[in-house]
Amino acid sequence: MRITKSHKIIVYSILVIFSLYFLFPFAWALITALKTEGEAFSFPPKFIPDVPQFGNFIEAWKSQPFGTYFKNSVIVTVMTTIGQIISCSLVAYGFARYDFKYKNTLFILLLSTMMIPWDVTMIPLYMEFNLFGWINTLKPLIVPAFFGSAYNIFLLRQFLMNIPKDLESAARIDGANEFQIFYKIFLPIMKGPLTLIAVLNILLVWNDYLGPLIYLNDQSKYTMALGLASFQGVHELQIIPIMAMTLVMIIPPVIVFAFAQKYIVEGVSGSIK
Amino acid sequence: MLKKKEKKPSFALVRKRVPYLFILPWIIGFLVFTLGPLVSSLIMSLFDWPITGEAKFIGLNNFTKMFTADPQFYDSLVITFKFAAIFVPLNLIAALVLALLITQPVKGVKIFRTIFYLPAVVSGVAVSIIWGWIFNSEFGVLNYLLSLIGIEGPSWLIDPKWAIVTIVIASAWGVGTMMLIFYTDIKGIPPELYEAASIDGAGPLRQFFSITIPTITPTILFNVITSVIAALQQLTLVLLLTGGGPLKSTYFYGLFVYNNAFKHHQLGYASANAWFMFIIILILTMIIFKSSSTWVFYEAEMKKGGKK
Repeated sequence: MRITKSHKIIVYSILVIFSLYFLFPFAWALITALKTEGEAFSFPPKFIPDVPQFGNFIEAWKSQPFGTYFKNSVIVTVMTTIGQIISCSLVAYGFARYDFKYKNTLFILLLSTMMIPWDVTMIPLYMEFNLFGWINTLKPLIVPAFFGSAYNIFLLRQFLMNIPKDLESAARIDGANEFQIFYKIFLPIMKGPLTLIAVLNILLVWNDYLGPLIYLNDQSKYTMALGLASFQGVHELQIIPIMAMTLVMIIPPVIVFAFAQKYIVEGVSGSIK
Repeated sequence: MLKKKEKKPSFALVRKRVPYLFILPWIIGFLVFTLGPLVSSLIMSLFDWPITGEAKFIGLNNFTKMFTADPQFYDSLVITFKFAAIFVPLNLIAALVLALLITQPVKGVKIFRTIFYLPAVVSGVAVSIIWGWIFNSEFGVLNYLLSLIGIEGPSWLIDPKWAIVTIVIASAWGVGTMMLIFYTDIKGIPPELYEAASIDGAGPLRQFFSITIPTITPTILFNVITSVIAALQQLTLVLLLTGGGPLKSTYFYGLFVYNNAFKHHQLGYASANAWFMFIIILILTMIIFKSSSTWVFYEAEMKKGGKK
C-alpha cells in the first residue's frame, strides 16, 4: 500500500491524540506523587512540581505495612504461576495427545466452565474454604491454580494439537514411558505458550482485588491490591501517598509486560483460531 | 483435528489409563471448585440461608421476591444493561479503530501499539484510583482541562447522570487487549486481496467494508461475546470508583449480588440473583451465536464456494 504525505500526517495526529488518553493518566499520577501537599490541592492544578518530592515514595511506603502487602502479592503471584504451569501443561497434554473415552464431552465441559459468572460460585466457594479453615490465609488464592484454568488449558491444547504425531511414536519405540515423553520432549517445546500463560497469570493475579477482598481479613495477609484499596478507603484525602503507592503497584506488571510483549502480541489472537 | 490412532497392542492398556492421569488435576479441580459450588449455589437459591442460624427451605420464594418485591433488582438490571449497551459497542469500535491505526504502514507505529496496550496490564484498583483523581470534581485535572476550552465539566462522580459515564471511560482504558486481538487478525489478511481490490479501483473505505470487515467477523463475534459477558459482570470498578453511588446510579448487578451476599448476609437470595444472571448470560450467548450464521464468514466455508 502506498501512502501519501497528507495521509501520514492524519494518521500520526490521530495516533498522538489517542496516546494522550492512554498515557496522560499515568503521567498525572506520577506528577501528583511528586508534589507537595499544597501543590496537589492547588487550583488551577500545577503541571510541574517546583521541587519533585521523591521522598514521598519512602514516606508512603512506611506509612502502612506495604512491605508485607507487596510480599504477599509476590507469594500469591509466584505460587499461582507455578501451579498454572504444572497443571495446565499436564491437562492440555492429556487432551491434545491422547484419544480416550468421553474426551470430547470432557473438553466441551471444560470450555463451558469459562461462561460461568464468578458470583454464582462465589458464596459456596467461600463456605468451602471456610470449612477447610482457609479463610484469612493465602490458600484460597493459591491452591485452585494447581488444578488448572480452562482458558490456559485451551490455549496450550491448541498449540499441542499442531505438533506431528511422529514425535512421541519415535520416543515410544526407544522405550520412553509416557511421562518421560511429556517431560523430556513436550515440556521444552511448550516454552513459548507456557511463557504466555505465566505472563497472563501474573497480570491477572497481581491485579486481582475481589479474591483478596473476600478471603482475607487481617492486614498482615493483605495483598498489594487490597492493601492499597483499603488505604485509599480510609485516607481518601492523602492523595500523594495514594498515588505514590499506586505507581509502586503498577511497576511489576509494567516490567513483566516490557519483557513479554512479544509473547502477548503473538499469543492473544492465536487462541481464537 | 483428530489424527488416526496408530495402535500398538502392548501399549493399549497403559494408554487407556494414562490420559486420565494427565487430565486428573482438572477433573479434581472441576469437581471441587466448579461443579460442587455450582450445584450448591443452585440448592442454596431455594433456601432462606442466613450467615448464622438455620437455613430454611423456601422453594422458589427467593425468585418470587426478586421478580415481585425487590425494586433494586430491576434498577440494578437496567443500569447494568445500560452500561453494557454503551460500553460494548464503544469498546468494540475503539478497539477496531486503534487496531486499524496500528496496522498503518507508517514509522514508529509499534511504539503506539505499546502505548495503547499499556493500561490493559494495570487494572482494578490502580485504574480506579488514578481515574478517581482525574475525575475529582474539586481538584480534578479533567475539569480544569475542559475549562481551558470553555467547557464547564460536570461533577463526574457526584452527579448521578455522569457517574456511569466515568465508569465507561475508566473501563475503556483497558481496550488494548481487544485491540491486539483485532490487530493480529487484520495483520493476517493477505495483502494480495487489497492489491487486487485497488487494481479494481476500490478506495480505502470500500476495501475496509468489503475485505477487512468480512474477514474478521469471527473475531468480532468472539469479542462481542466476551465483552458482553464482562460488562454484565463489572464489579471491581463500581466497588472502588463509586461504591454504587451516587444515589445508587451505578449500583450494578454485580454489586447488587455482592452486597446481598456479603453485606446483607442473604446467602440464599444472593445465590438466586447470581443464577438469574448466569441464565441471562447463557441466553444472550446463544442468541449471539445463532445470529452469527447471518453475519460471520468462516474461511473454510468461503473456500467451499459460498457464504450462506
